[in-house]
Amino acid sequence: MDKVQFLLLVAVALFAVGLAGVIIRRNLLVMLMCMELMMNGVNLSLVTFAQQTGTAAGAVLVFLIFVVAAAEIAIAIPIVLLLVRRKHTLEADAFGDLKG
Amino acid sequence: MIEYGLQNLDALLLVICGVSALVAAVLMLVLRHPMQVAMALISTMVFLGAIYGLVGVHFIAAFQVLIYVSAVMVFMVYVIMLLDVRDPSFKRRFSTLLAPGLIGGVLLLAVLAYAFWRGLHAPVNLAGSFGLQQFSIAFLNEYWLHFELTSVLLVAAVVAALAVIKGTRKHDG
Repeated sequence: MDKVQFLLLVAVALFAVGLAGVIIRRNLLVMLMCMELMMNGVNLSLVTFAQQTGTAAGAVLVFLIFVVAAAEIAIAIPIVLLLVRRKHTLEADAFGDLKG
Repeated sequence: MIEYGLQNLDALLLVICGVSALVAAVLMLVLRHPMQVAMALISTMVFLGAIYGLVGVHFIAAFQVLIYVSAVMVFMVYVIMLLDVRDPSFKRRFSTLLAPGLIGGVLLLAVLAYAFWRGLHAPVNLAGSFGLQQFSIAFLNEYWLHFELTSVLLVAAVVAALAVIKGTRKHDG
């Protein structure tokens, strides 16, 4: 197994673990952090592909993903705080009435 | 001889960092308290930063530590400290979707790993890393519009955060 294969395998595993975490955990903040983990897996695969092809496009995309992740957290945290203030819990099951 | 040893050391460090990142990621699934989960996520990110440094994109390693670990995760840790520690979701870790979630995660991992494995059966070598200069030229020549669009996104995020806070104040009072 060479470097690229190993790094891609790590990226895929990080994405799968993050997705499993979003589904199986019940704490809202932990689910949010698992989403960050998925994004980190995608970043690793982008960097690996950029290094493999020797072009800068993948690295630029990673750079932009950093900005998007910062914006996502800046929005997600106030929303989580508001939900907690309304229901006094972080449990995802408590927000079942948002199903519509 | 020394060069060969250094190359081996490089590969060894890469494997150690990759495996450690994976172990920390799996720990995120089983740890109970959000603060422990945040610490596991921070170590995953630091190990990923080390991997970026090892494959030669040092500036992305720096940004990984500066933006992700310091800005995003410090914000997350701060919010965890603000919240009530007697929350019932701290006691029961897993939702009712534990079995389907785990099966789905394992299946996704198997499918993706198989696809990567088949696509990369021939050994591929890293085609030489590019430096900061090459990145900056490409960034500011070809992708300046995308960069400006992300600044619009950031402004939208700030406005949305303000709207969320203002809206609840009106609701409360």
